[in-house]
Amino acid sequence: MLLPEELETEIQTMVREAEHVEEKLIDIIYLLQNHFGCFSDVALGHASRLTGKTTVELEELCTFYDFIYRRPVGRFVIHVCDGVACWMHHENSLFQYLCDKLGVGVGEVTEDGLFTVLPTACLGNCHNAPAMLINGKHYGRLTPKKVDEIIDELRENADNIIQCLCR
Amino acid sequence: MSERVLLKNMRSDCGPVGFDEYRQLGGYEALERAVRTMTPDEVINMVTESGLRGRGGAGFPAGRKWGFVRKDAPHPRYIQSNTDEMEPGTFKDRVLVNTDPHLVIEGITMAAYAVQADVAVFFIRPSYNDDAELIERELSAAREAGMLGKNILGSDFSFDIEVHRSAGRYICGESSAQANAIMGKRPNPDKTGHMTSSGLWGMPTVVNNVETLAHVPHIIRNGVEWFKGLAATPTGDGTKLYCVSGEVVDPGCYELPMGTRLGDIIFEHAGGMLPGAEFKTCIPGGASTSFVTQAQLATPMDFDSMKAAGLSLGTGSIVVFDKNTCLVQATINILTYFARESCGWCTPCRDGIPYMLSLLQDIEAGDGTEADVKRLETVAAGMAHAYCGFAPGAASTVKGLLRSFRDEVREHLDGRGCPFGDMEKPKPGDWKVLDRDAS
Repeated sequence: MLLPEELETEIQTMVREAEHVEEKLIDIIYLLQNHFGCFSDVALGHASRLTGKTTVELEELCTFYDFIYRRPVGRFVIHVCDGVACWMHHENSLFQYLCDKLGVGVGEVTEDGLFTVLPTACLGNCHNAPAMLINGKHYGRLTPKKVDEIIDELRENADNIIQCLCR
Repeated sequence: MSERVLLKNMRSDCGPVGFDEYRQLGGYEALERAVRTMTPDEVINMVTESGLRGRGGAGFPAGRKWGFVRKDAPHPRYIQSNTDEMEPGTFKDRVLVNTDPHLVIEGITMAAYAVQADVAVFFIRPSYNDDAELIERELSAAREAGMLGKNILGSDFSFDIEVHRSAGRYICGESSAQANAIMGKRPNPDKTGHMTSSGLWGMPTVVNNVETLAHVPHIIRNGVEWFKGLAATPTGDGTKLYCVSGEVVDPGCYELPMGTRLGDIIFEHAGGMLPGAEFKTCIPGGASTSFVTQAQLATPMDFDSMKAAGLSLGTGSIVVFDKNTCLVQATINILTYFARESCGWCTPCRDGIPYMLSLLQDIEAGDGTEADVKRLETVAAGMAHAYCGFAPGAASTVKGLLRSFRDEVREHLDGRGCPFGDMEKPKPGDWKVLDRDAS
């Protein structure tokens, strides 16, 4: 599967202009992840081809990080914070509420392809606990009503919401 | 009200201060003074005399660290500016970057001038993507104005800052692991050398937290005595960003004199406990510090006072627990975090943390015995032999639990299980009933 010319050129330029290509690997992985929806084996192959790194080198890197997804995820990845501040404000209820509402288990994709729910280490939004992060946007001081409104809005505007690098 | 330094430019709309506004408020004057009238050694000496200590958790004197870079060290030299903060309870760097990005940029540039660095890497966690974009925008503004790039402010000092987005792991906050992350390697810590002689790409590298660096322009502008005078205690240094979260009325980030008493931060500045909640304990410096007792609330929150009390200042991030919260459950939550975030490099961390977690889960379920408590204590003590500071940090909460709340642990033993009931029971901070915005 070929990459779109624009993306191919963008990555080639990043590689060519980098003093050390290694410092650009995560950015390149993010770009490919955004294009393919996850950092699939196909995406990994392109990363290897374009950077000259072996698939083993890239595999050992991408399996380390929380925000690189090796399996398909929904268009909106809901990172539910389970840091201790969110936990004491009933992160468990929030996590379960989202899974029940969307009809998915941990890491699964909803039937419409829109949502995946993942537990996540502290998001750095502890003063707004309980909190979650969706495609780079923080949501805090959540209640069931707020969660319902956020999900409804994402569903309604799914086609117009630009995905950020961390998806 | 005490003097605000790092957050003094905070706008009423909480939006970031842009380049022009920062200049009007006196921004970049310190950099001008340094590159035009001071030698790098004079900057290092001034920061050393000020007593400024690292705000990332370790508290190492910033000036001394800079002094480790040899005068004849090769180039390029690097600054790693750390905004990885992934420790539960900690969000001060996000507040700082969003409030005054140019203060952070000026601070990084001052450190670079002091050690004659060529490039800085601004390392930022993935959930702060908006902040990374903000910094990139403001870096462009600083570059256009001659504050970055070749011949800064017409001097012979040239330096620039790059932004490195991480893909998320707590261990990336450790300096050598962070260097590996930047170099596209699996970010395990590397203790085989000193960063100041062989860090990024094998070259001299200084790693500082952004809160530490943001103090430097103020020290150069206002002097050592002014800076020392900001602290509430004789061995404190300047002001500190204290994060407060948990069962308090006004959780948030508060800039207060270094050495402000722990209890004052919670009960005066953060508004005290939520209605219906009663203080039981807190972790005073992020998840890698231990639970404190009520008697320790009078402890001044500075590095030395906390150490003398058998505590750790860490990142100065306070998470407050209500009397009805089970501390065994809280410790399980914290250890689950550490078990997941361990890089797995060394056995004590890779196996020890999940083992402590397993023992605590048995205790919580009522399947634990006194022997398990002793075993937990032994394993926690063994974490000191891990390769880096991650595992000892994880053990801190366990040690604090066993030291100060052992009776609460014992209440769980021998088939009794958790005395605090199940998680469905409403508590003061229950998300189903609490909406601070509406109250």
